[in-house]
Amino acid sequence: MTLTVFLTNTFYALALAMNMFVIASGLNLIFGVLRVINFAHGMFYMFGAYIIFTVTKTWGAPFWIGVLASGAGLAVIALVIERFLLRRLYDKEHLMQLLFTFAIVLLMSDAAKMIWGTDQYSVGYPPALKGAVRLGPTIVPQYLVFLCIVGPLLAIAMWLAVDRTRWGRIVRAATQDREMLSALGVNVPAVYAMVFTIGSALAGIGGALAAPRIALAPGMDATIINECFIIVIIGGLGNMWGSFLGALAFGFVVQFGTIFVPNWQDVLPYLLMLAVLLIRPWGLLGRPELSR
Amino acid sequence: MPNRNLGIAAIVVVLALALLPLAGSRYSVDLATQVLIYCLFALSLNVLIGYTGNISFGHAAYFAIGGYACAVLLTTYHWPLVLALPAAVVISGLAAAVIGYFCVRLTQIYFAMLTLAFAMLVWGIAFKWKDVTGGDDGFTGVLVPALLEGHVNYYYFTLAMVALGVGLLWMICHSAFGLTLVAIRENAVRAGFIGVDTSKMRWASFTVAGTFAGLAGALFGMYNRGMYIENAFWTESAQVMIMVLLGGIYSFVGPLIGAAVLYLLQVVTNQYTPYWPTVLGLILLVVVLVLPDGLVGLAKRVGGKGSRA
Repeated sequence: MTLTVFLTNTFYALALAMNMFVIASGLNLIFGVLRVINFAHGMFYMFGAYIIFTVTKTWGAPFWIGVLASGAGLAVIALVIERFLLRRLYDKEHLMQLLFTFAIVLLMSDAAKMIWGTDQYSVGYPPALKGAVRLGPTIVPQYLVFLCIVGPLLAIAMWLAVDRTRWGRIVRAATQDREMLSALGVNVPAVYAMVFTIGSALAGIGGALAAPRIALAPGMDATIINECFIIVIIGGLGNMWGSFLGALAFGFVVQFGTIFVPNWQDVLPYLLMLAVLLIRPWGLLGRPELSR
Repeated sequence: MPNRNLGIAAIVVVLALALLPLAGSRYSVDLATQVLIYCLFALSLNVLIGYTGNISFGHAAYFAIGGYACAVLLTTYHWPLVLALPAAVVISGLAAAVIGYFCVRLTQIYFAMLTLAFAMLVWGIAFKWKDVTGGDDGFTGVLVPALLEGHVNYYYFTLAMVALGVGLLWMICHSAFGLTLVAIRENAVRAGFIGVDTSKMRWASFTVAGTFAGLAGALFGMYNRGMYIENAFWTESAQVMIMVLLGGIYSFVGPLIGAAVLYLLQVVTNQYTPYWPTVLGLILLVVVLVLPDGLVGLAKRVGGKGSRA
C-alpha cells in the first residue's frame, strides 16, 4: 500500500467516522439520559435524508436550508412522539420501550413509502463544497473535508453543553437520579423531551449530511441503526467521547476492511464490537452497569 | 385441576389440527404448517423472555442456524432426514450455548444488545459465506425426503414435531429448572442468595431457547424449500418478539396464541393492503400502551379473577 493510497483511505475513513458520529451521538445522548434504546433512530436518519432531498431537489432550496429543515423536521416529529406516547413508558420495562420504538419504525417506514415511494434518490454536493482539495499527495472532495470538521466541532459543542452549562448539569443529574432532581423542582419530563428532541434532530441532520455521500432508498434505516448500535456500544453506552472513539474505530475498520478483506467489511464491525464487549463489556469508555 | 384441563385442551387442539387436512383446502393446510412453525419459534423465545426475564433481541439467529444447517446437510451433503434434523437442532443448540456463554455475563439492556450483535454476526456470515449459504440469493432447492414432499404429509410431520417441541418445553418450563428461572426473573439477586447459580441457569435457558428455535428453523427451511438471509435479520427477531408479547409473556400458552394471531392477521392483511407494517405498528402500540400482559392477560381480566394460572 503506497502512502498516497493509505492517506486517501485514512481520509475517507475519517469522513465516514465523523458522519456516523453525528448520527450515533444522538442515539447515545438519548440512551444516556432516557435509558431508552431507540430503534427508530435509523428511521429518523432516513427521514432526514429524504427531507433534504425534497427540500433541495423538489423545492429547489439551498443545501444548508435543507440540512436545517431535516433537523427541524425531526425535532418536531420527535417532540410529538415523546409528548404523546413515549412519555407514558418511562416507568415501564425496557422491553416495552424497545418495542415501542420498533412500532415507530414500522409506522414511519410505511409513511416514508407513502410519501416518497420506493425509488432511489440522490442529493448533490452543496455548490460551495463541490470542488476538491489537495491534501499532501492526495486530492479529496471538499465536502468530505467539511464532514471531517463537523464531527469534532459537534463533539466539542456537546461536551461544552453537557459539562460546562447549567442545563448540562441538569441533564447529567437526570441520568443519575430522576426522582431527586424532580424533588428539587426541575421539570424532568421537559428535560427528557428536550433531550429526545435534540438527539433525534441529530439523526435528521446526520441523514441530511450523509445524503450527498449515499443513495437514498428504503432499507437504509435498518443498516444505519445497527451501525449506530455498534458505535455506541463500542464506546460505552451513554458516553459521548466513547461514541466519538467508536465512530472512529468503525470508520477505519470499514474503510480498510474494504481493502484488506473485501466482501467481509460488513461483518468486521460486528467482530470489533464482540471483541470489545468480551474484553470490556461496558465499552471502551463506559462504566460497569449498576446492579439493581 | 388446571393442569388436567390443560392436558385435555392440548389433546383436543392436536386432534383438531390433525383433522384439518380432511376438511381444509391446500391453502389452509399450508397456512397451518407455517403457523405451527412460528408457534414453536415464539414459544422457544418465551423461555428466555417470559420465564427467565432476559430480553433476547437476536433470536432469529438460532432459527436461521437451524434452518441453514438442516438445509445444507440435506441438500449439499445428502444426509438422510433422521440424521440431518437432529444434527441441525444440535448445531443450533451448540451455537446458542457458545453465544449464550458470553451473553449471560451481561444483564438487561447490555444483554439485549449483545444478543443483537451476535445475531447480526450470524446474519453477516449467512450473507457473506456464499459457498455454503448461497449469500443474498438464499439457499434454495432444499432436498426434502420423498415421503415429506406432499403438503399434507409435511403438515403432519410439522404437527408431530411441533407437538413434541411444545410438550418438551412444557415439561422444561414446569420442572424445578423452570421454577428456578422464574425465581431469577422475579429477583435475580435473591435467587443468587438462596444458592442459585443465576448465570449458569440463564445460560441453560439460553441454550434451551436456541435449541427449540433451531428446530423451528429446520422445519421452516424444509417447508419453504429454502433459507434466506432475511430469516436471520434483526427485524425477524423483532417479529417473533412481538408474537410473544402479543400473546402474553407470563403464560405458557401466550406465545402460541400470539404467534397464531399475528401470523394469520398478517396473511389476511396482506390480501387487502400492502401496509402490513402500519397495522403491525398499531398493534404493537396498543400492546405496549394498554395490553402489557398480552391477549392472555386480557382474557384473564375479562374472564374475571377466577382463572389465574
